[in-house]
Amino acid sequence: MFSRAYKIWVTVPPLVWVAAFLVLPYTLMFAYSFWSVSAVGSLRHAWNFANYGRLLGHEVYRQTLLRSAWIAARVMLFALLLAYPLAYLLSFHTRKGKDLLYQLVIIPLWVSYLVRAYAWKTILGTDGVLNTSLQYLHLTTHPLHFLLYSPFAIVLTLTHIYIPFTFLPVYAAMEHIPRNLIEASHDLGASALQTFWRIIVPLSMPGVVAGATFAFVLSFGDFLAPLLLGGPSGVMISNIVVSLFGAAYNWPLGAAISFCMLALVIALLWLSERLEKRWARS
Amino acid sequence: MQSDRQASLADGGADPLLCLRNLTKSFGRHTVLRNISLSVASGEFLTILGESGSGKTTLLRILAGFEQPTSGEVWMAGEQLDPLPPYKRRVNTVFQNYALFPHLTVEENVAYGPRARGVSFDEARTRVTEALTKVRMQSFRSYRPAKISGGQQQRVALARALVNQPRLLLLDEPLSALDANLRRQMQVELKALQREVGITFILVTHDQEEAMTMSDRIALLRSGELEQVAAPDEIYCRPATSYTAQFIGQSNLLRAAVRHGIARTGSMEWPVNAPEGSVLFSLRPECIRGATASPGAVRFQALVLDSAFHGASELVRVQTGESQTLTVRSSQRGLLRGNVELEFSPEDAVLVRESDA
Repeated sequence: MFSRAYKIWVTVPPLVWVAAFLVLPYTLMFAYSFWSVSAVGSLRHAWNFANYGRLLGHEVYRQTLLRSAWIAARVMLFALLLAYPLAYLLSFHTRKGKDLLYQLVIIPLWVSYLVRAYAWKTILGTDGVLNTSLQYLHLTTHPLHFLLYSPFAIVLTLTHIYIPFTFLPVYAAMEHIPRNLIEASHDLGASALQTFWRIIVPLSMPGVVAGATFAFVLSFGDFLAPLLLGGPSGVMISNIVVSLFGAAYNWPLGAAISFCMLALVIALLWLSERLEKRWARS
Repeated sequence: MQSDRQASLADGGADPLLCLRNLTKSFGRHTVLRNISLSVASGEFLTILGESGSGKTTLLRILAGFEQPTSGEVWMAGEQLDPLPPYKRRVNTVFQNYALFPHLTVEENVAYGPRARGVSFDEARTRVTEALTKVRMQSFRSYRPAKISGGQQQRVALARALVNQPRLLLLDEPLSALDANLRRQMQVELKALQREVGITFILVTHDQEEAMTMSDRIALLRSGELEQVAAPDEIYCRPATSYTAQFIGQSNLLRAAVRHGIARTGSMEWPVNAPEGSVLFSLRPECIRGATASPGAVRFQALVLDSAFHGASELVRVQTGESQTLTVRSSQRGLLRGNVELEFSPEDAVLVRESDA
């Protein structure tokens, strides 16, 4: 159907792209993760698993990994709890203004990440909008300090930022549920609530899995929110990677941590795809 | 027996199950159904026949409860149906594309209704088995809908509806997704099943052959209005309007002038009992035959134009003297060719009301 020359022209550029910007850097980083840095800061090409051993043996790294996962899990949970009802309402119970509401959910995506993170800083800070309001209303006498520079602030901000990523796949899954299935359910004597639990929830599960995976994976690797709003108690694994590649100048250890995260994320994606397939086995 | 049954069904019987009274449905400024009144007897198989856009599906959706009539009422067994939500009606629907739940097995699909209505586990199990046996799908109970064929899905959809023991079963073009052979087989099965369970069936279709073979009565819908409601043989043999005559089966429409009890068109003339003036007659192709010496027949000369072979019969187009083209059904292939003399009996020419365009 297509000429040989055409096929070469359309396949080679993407392959070159992938090789140059994905395979090559990743291979290089993977190699780095087995090397080490000497006391004077020169790279030693000694192949061993020392970096991985350090990563698993050291309390700090283990704890930070766990904290990151715990923060990501909470973001995932809250994003789902907020996005699911919203998607349901929009998909099944909104007629007029559906497009407008959809746009309103999506628009925050066009706003810079930094602006959204800083917005929370001005809301949650000691002299922030929330604290001054609470004091003005005499609900508290002193500013609440746990609001900012805490895992709480990170979870709040990341939930806000990643909700659209959770919303979109859930909404798409719901929009794909044939409406005659809903009618069939009512026809067979099921009330709206029964229909929700027995038809809509199971059929929207692939979207839920995809949305949850997005929220978790994106939050897990986030480093800006903990940097801006996390404080000492909210350091996440990516912050450590950033510092290892920067000030600490230990690329090999940074690479090892990165690959651990990558492995975790890939495992998660594999699991979520399995789950999606199981639910979509129709 | 059959004619008795049909006579009692002609107007839905003395004690109809379902009554539609002056039903009208508009979407915005667009009126889809206009002043529909119809009675359906208990145990009757009624087909709502119409072209796409005639409003037949809307009518079915009103009965199922998915649409509210703009005005008019629906009554079933002495209870007003139209204010009830779908899940409170003893009405079930077989949807056009079956609408089986893809994430549930065949058995779970059929059990959905009883479970939703809170039937006890044991009874639901018995009823599901019974329903699946009735449609011969017992051995597929653990399959998911995607794994079975269209005809099998159709049976499951039937079982899923019948398991609820509805008073009224609605079928929305249930056979349109099947291929021709399977469709004919399912027509027979569906009809037999309806006789067996004794539930009132209302089937919607655009296929006049399907309507003819299955129904006790046909309600022909045209642009949101009932054109004619009658038993298949009556609607075929005595169409009330020119639209009915042409929509159901094939028909020749003869425009004739009636004067002093004699209808004239071209060289043909025959005595009629009709009002004076210009009127339309419907003449079925099989009512025209090669001329015999039968007394009282209307005879005319015609030229054969072309013919189309249909297996059991041949449809021949002929031209009569005054550039009038008629279709003739001939049971013997190649019998009619060149110049022929044809005839029909005057009583086969049925006076029809002219349907406005």
